[in-house]
Amino acid sequence: MRYDVAVIGGGPAGMAAALAAQKKGASVVLLERDKRLGGILNQCIHNGFGLHYFGEELTGPEYAARFIEKIEKTDVKVLLEAMVLDIEPDLTLTALCPSEGLINIEASAVVLAMGCRERTAGAINLLGSRPAGVYTAGMAQKIINGSGYLVGKKAVILGSGDIGLIMARRLTYEGAEVKLVLELMPYSTGLKRNIAQCLDDFQIPLLYSHTITKIVGKPRLTGLYYAEVDEKLRPKPETEKFIECDTLLLSVGLIPENDLVANLDIQMSPITAGAVVDEYRGTSVAGLFSAGNVLHVHDLVDNVSAEAEIAGAAAADYAAGKLKTDEKIAVTASGGVRYALPQYVYRGEGSVKIYFRVGEAMRNKRLVVTSGSKTVFTKRYFVLSPGEMESITINKSEIEGNIELKLE
Amino acid sequence: MEFKTICIRCPAGCPLTVTGEAGKYVVGGNTCKRGESYALSEMLSPERTVTSLAAVEDGSVVPVKSSRPIAKDKVFAVLKELKKFRAKLPVEQGQVLIANVLGTGADIIATDSGKRRAG
Repeated sequence: MRYDVAVIGGGPAGMAAALAAQKKGASVVLLERDKRLGGILNQCIHNGFGLHYFGEELTGPEYAARFIEKIEKTDVKVLLEAMVLDIEPDLTLTALCPSEGLINIEASAVVLAMGCRERTAGAINLLGSRPAGVYTAGMAQKIINGSGYLVGKKAVILGSGDIGLIMARRLTYEGAEVKLVLELMPYSTGLKRNIAQCLDDFQIPLLYSHTITKIVGKPRLTGLYYAEVDEKLRPKPETEKFIECDTLLLSVGLIPENDLVANLDIQMSPITAGAVVDEYRGTSVAGLFSAGNVLHVHDLVDNVSAEAEIAGAAAADYAAGKLKTDEKIAVTASGGVRYALPQYVYRGEGSVKIYFRVGEAMRNKRLVVTSGSKTVFTKRYFVLSPGEMESITINKSEIEGNIELKLE
Repeated sequence: MEFKTICIRCPAGCPLTVTGEAGKYVVGGNTCKRGESYALSEMLSPERTVTSLAAVEDGSVVPVKSSRPIAKDKVFAVLKELKKFRAKLPVEQGQVLIANVLGTGADIIATDSGKRRAG
């Protein structure tokens, strides 16, 4: 098989990238390992998606359906239950899928849109036995919302990221008791709205600067020990307490799923765990693009769709030999800005949007963006949170040299 | 009386308090006008959009939502009503499964199609 653009992953990023590439006239194949398109949106049955992209509030399946219906009206070749096993440096893909068998796909450009996966009990060195009843929050979400099975009756949630908060409400709605949410950090990376409507509405306590010290139970979880942590995040033994529960949900972070490109000579960012990209979301491998949660973990799907459209359109241009890239201008972050993306932009006309995320919660800060010796942008932020990605727009005519984002 | 809540209109999350009596409530802790309107709506008529699952006759489930926000104190009654319900196939996205659930004025509608979920 030969296509101009191959998109790996049929979630929000992959669908938006495929549509954008198709719109530019490229022949496109979209490979999805699940039985349907939509990715993680299908299990996110709560609402709050699409306010920025569609200007209305949708549930996950509704947001996905908007894209699925568009794809069905195009000639984008969709391969379901298709697992991409390998990418060669010349962008030949090896994939396995029931309808085609073991196939090779030659593509002029490839968009990585594989999303991210959850950190597990092993990843956080959770101490204790290995009983049933310990789930990542997203796994519990899949079991409950996809299959209709309740994962437990008395739950504790570790981590106050949005998935954990959303699952606290979901469990409560289904009749389970959520006894406690523990957060290692002194702040939550979850949205305020979710803390208010998923915890406060049901008087579920959220303990900051607390973590689990040990889980117990065999064969099923029967309880766990938890304690307050000191400023170095070490548990204080004298504060340890026991709580009875049969279920533990882990909402302790997401990791871009980049295993597929591990064998490629591709520049990765140690901070985002995704590829280093230019403004077209092109990686250091020519013709290979990356967008969505595989590039960096987003908090809003709306941003994923917008980012993937940039990558998809650029992949189509690259395949047609029309993508203009010249001298790369580096974009760097310092002074409280954890990362800025894209890491490279180009000179030229128009403007470029730069996304950034801070390392910790802060108030009353001024963002100063310099290019060469010139200040090209400033903005005062009343509040900045590590859980909420921010963006700024830079006028390309102002670019003098390397761009730096800094908080003062 | 005093009512306390955290503003969710922006990431700042101002801690809000409402004091005083009907007709002359005083909102404190807010740093902008949006905080004032949020505190009063949360105190006087809090509403929530309900999202959950409905059982389907073939043993599967289909996600649903209320077509508009419903009074917060009716949420669990609506969820209980939903538990009694079995959707008949086919279920299409946007289909009204329960009209005017418990007289709230909101319909329970499918947010996914049964067909799409099958397999």
